[in-house]
Amino acid sequence: MTDLTELTITEARAGLDKREFSAVELTEACLNKMSEKRSLNVYVCETPDKALAQAQAAQAQIDKGEAKDLTGIPLGIKDLFCTKGINTTACSNILRNFVPPYESSVTQKLLDAGAVFLGKLNMDEFAMGGSNETSCFGAAINPWSKDVPLTSGGSSGGSAAAVAAGMGLGATGTDTGGSIRQPSAYCGVVGIKPTYGRCSRYGIMAFASSLDQAGPIAKTVADCAVMLKNMAGYDPKDATSENREVPDFSKFLSGNVKGLRIGIPQEYKVDGLNAEIGAYWEKAAAMLKDRGAEIVDVSLPHSKYALAAYYIIAPAEASSNLARYDGLRYGVRVEGKNLDEMYINSRSNGFGKEVKRRIMMGTYVLSAGYYDAYFLKAQKVRRRIYNDFIKAFDSCDVILTPTTTDAAFALGDKKLQENPINMWLNDLFTVAVSLAGLPAISLPIGLNSRGLPLGMQIIGRPFDEQRVFEVASALEKQVGFRGGK
Amino acid sequence: MDEQTVKRIAFLSRLKIDEDKIAATQDEFKKIIDWINLLQEVDTQGVEPMISVNRNNLVLRKDEVTDGNAADEVLANAPMKEYGYFAVPKVVEQ
Amino acid sequence: MSGMVLKGKDADWEIICGLEIHCQIISKSKMFSGASTHYGSEVNQNVSFVDAGMPGQLPTLNEQCVRQAIKTGLGLNAQINKYSEFARKNYFYADLPQGYQISQFKYPIVGEGYVKIELENGENKNIGIERLHIEQDAGKSIHDISPSKTFIDLNRAGVGLMEIVTKPDFRSPEEAGAFLRKLRSIVRYLGTCDGNMDEGSMRCDVNVSVRKVGEQDFRTRNEMKNVNSVKFVMQAIEFEARRQIEVYDAGGKIEQETRQFDPSTGQTKVMRKKEFAHDYRYFPEPDLLPLVLSDELIEQIKSEMVELPDAKKERFVTELGLTAYDAGVICENKEMADFFEEAARGHDAKKTANWLMGDFFALLNERKLELSESPISAKNLGALVELISQNVINGKTAKEVFAIMADTKESPEKIVEERGLRQVTDSSAIEKVIDEVIAANPDNAAAYKAGKVNLMGWFVGQVMKASAGKANPAMVNEILRRKLN
Repeated sequence: MTDLTELTITEARAGLDKREFSAVELTEACLNKMSEKRSLNVYVCETPDKALAQAQAAQAQIDKGEAKDLTGIPLGIKDLFCTKGINTTACSNILRNFVPPYESSVTQKLLDAGAVFLGKLNMDEFAMGGSNETSCFGAAINPWSKDVPLTSGGSSGGSAAAVAAGMGLGATGTDTGGSIRQPSAYCGVVGIKPTYGRCSRYGIMAFASSLDQAGPIAKTVADCAVMLKNMAGYDPKDATSENREVPDFSKFLSGNVKGLRIGIPQEYKVDGLNAEIGAYWEKAAAMLKDRGAEIVDVSLPHSKYALAAYYIIAPAEASSNLARYDGLRYGVRVEGKNLDEMYINSRSNGFGKEVKRRIMMGTYVLSAGYYDAYFLKAQKVRRRIYNDFIKAFDSCDVILTPTTTDAAFALGDKKLQENPINMWLNDLFTVAVSLAGLPAISLPIGLNSRGLPLGMQIIGRPFDEQRVFEVASALEKQVGFRGGK
Repeated sequence: MDEQTVKRIAFLSRLKIDEDKIAATQDEFKKIIDWINLLQEVDTQGVEPMISVNRNNLVLRKDEVTDGNAADEVLANAPMKEYGYFAVPKVVEQ
Repeated sequence: MSGMVLKGKDADWEIICGLEIHCQIISKSKMFSGASTHYGSEVNQNVSFVDAGMPGQLPTLNEQCVRQAIKTGLGLNAQINKYSEFARKNYFYADLPQGYQISQFKYPIVGEGYVKIELENGENKNIGIERLHIEQDAGKSIHDISPSKTFIDLNRAGVGLMEIVTKPDFRSPEEAGAFLRKLRSIVRYLGTCDGNMDEGSMRCDVNVSVRKVGEQDFRTRNEMKNVNSVKFVMQAIEFEARRQIEVYDAGGKIEQETRQFDPSTGQTKVMRKKEFAHDYRYFPEPDLLPLVLSDELIEQIKSEMVELPDAKKERFVTELGLTAYDAGVICENKEMADFFEEAARGHDAKKTANWLMGDFFALLNERKLELSESPISAKNLGALVELISQNVINGKTAKEVFAIMADTKESPEKIVEERGLRQVTDSSAIEKVIDEVIAANPDNAAAYKAGKVNLMGWFVGQVMKASAGKANPAMVNEILRRKLN
């Protein structure tokens, strides 16, 4: 019998519906894989009993002929999503013991669609990081690692690694500056950050409210389409979620790109871009051209300012969003002589280095005398970056770029540890999209000379995920890379 | 960023910086600030700050009582609670 | 001029004062959550996960709070801003669960306006309104249950507040007092706030500085937080102004600081110096979109506006012939004004006002009754006035009837009929009594005719007595005069 954990969601759906295997068998296969590969440190909380109970319930639905899109499909959940009655920590010591009495809207939708939850996935603490190393549980390890452990990327590193290693057929991620796309690229899987407002943020621990979006990570474009369809939608509990119909994304997978204009932003041809990635980028454009698309040069003149703007806006919002973690109403408290001391002790003990760095940065750029020079300036630059994209979309339908400048790096990389800015440069190609709130997918384009996966990013107009899926499936068909390790 | 500023920012953030780490923190922040100062070269004359990418209007909620009456759940994660209150070290009213 | 001039060592000083008033908005549910605003519930009972600042929880804006703010803005003759924004005010405190208060900063919902006040010297003055913005209330810290701990109750956390900021237009404690009473009257008329300062549903911060008469610029001001009665506000202004003048006279300087008014001593003392001032790091609230009001909504609320105290007073004077003083007293309280209007409908308004402000107020005072508990209904008070106007009873009998009404709650018509109190207006019957009185007192009759005209009163009294008080006094006078002359 084939390894069930290697199936795509689409294949598993068909197999379940044809009774080739049961939902319980499928879940058990994933659970077994999770114990087998526990050394990858992908799950921070496993919930096998719940998963099996959900699988049994799912099988009953299937037996009644009432299967929905995800009935019986085992998924992993990033630990940033609050899951009712299940420890949710954001991989931070300050929330080590937190058990939410509520379910996030996105995970509730997935449960309503019949999904089975295997447990909670490793991530950078409060989603702040690009290597998974800021997790209080230690980094999730990239399944593609050979001699040295490689990063699974961040912040949704556990999610991408889980999918790549078959520890779940799909996973939820969140993306603030690249946290779905970059790990997907590093782990050789597909991940999409939808348009800001497409998914509800209710019940997702906030990092930077104006940027955070949930999205799926899975082996294929089709799997991402079916997952996103079951995650997205207006939620009255989130004022920033958009009240518009969610298209059936699975209907936009024909790969027909005839007549579509694919934009290539000239400013993304940066010095630090790895030559192999550069070559793949050209190859990807050529593949789409072969399928009838038109390749056009576009300009995003403010690209080089995106990182700096992002590293003002995101920490500023984070400094405020993380003020609630004070050891008073939940979380880990470290007592002090008085209230302020209790706050300081709890927060200094509970937060890791990177989170503290960003809280301080954010506090600084909002503080009296610096607001205009930094925060307000960054918001204005953000508008320029957004306008660049909107203008570029006058002459193209989607934009094609690499997802990252290079393949996954080794964990514990000295150069990255010593200077936080070097680590932040990993987000070079992903943050501008986040600032503009646009939908963008990352899909594997091939392996580099060291045998490590590389990813391409396809960026769409606001709420035009359909076209992103169309182009991504065209590329996927052409490349023939099956997501996963 | 001088020592005073580092201390002030740390206190506003309710974070502790050990005395022997202050110089290193200053240095690190200086690097970051130099880096983000790149933005100053962007001409933003007449550009409206972008608060949100949303373009729709704020939807208002009807004035109905739909929540609450869940003190047990609200208090379930509290590190310290007494008589149904959250409890903290004595606050001396400033 | 109504300003207060204070004598300093070698100069005259004037007071410069502005107020910031927090008004709790009347609404069923909180501003950003669906929890009840009910006062006096069990501890932490009216708390949603949003109010408790739980991770991933998001605010949703209550429509009623917006309407109430617009209504109040219209009541303050103020500009309603069709575009406003929410902002986070960041600070740590035990009863502030999110670590920030959602408020408005740069773009408040209501802009400049004014409130007319009447002063004891008969002058009117317009007090400028700087702005009105909406924000959420904090919870309550309880310090007196445990000697070592502070307890937090979040029932109040998230209740809607309107913060009304005046211009520094007050030049005396009297003006500030008159303003607060007028503001309270306006919000109560509108039903937007119950205006109870002692229960904390209306709270006042007082800003005071002084300057020499003739000076143009403002000097440094001090703020006194949470002064909780009109009387205390007036005392605080005067004390603080005199204190500042003493400091200047002694060659000192006023430092900007936050002070506290102590009602037991009538003095202010320092709470917080400027150098410990907060740095609130306001920035636009990313969880809420800008609030854009439609013309339709504003027009609809305009059409629902009740007549406000100034307009009502004006109408009572011009249309009903009340004195400005009477109209002012009656209109301060909407329930009283409504009671008056119902009582006066179809009857002599001026007479009704006299009865209302005389015997009726005295009755309520004496029995310590609220208007709603009055044993005499508006309809019955009007009926009593009508009986007098129609000469059915005279003034003296009316007082008797009023007393019976207060005890029995019966209608005056019923009392008059059942007890035979109808006054005698039959001239032949009165003539008969008069003839008998003159006949019984020939000496006095002779004395009157001889010029002792002040005996007329004595004769009237005798006749009234003989008629058991029921004779019409005007007719008695007239017939007596005719008979004696």
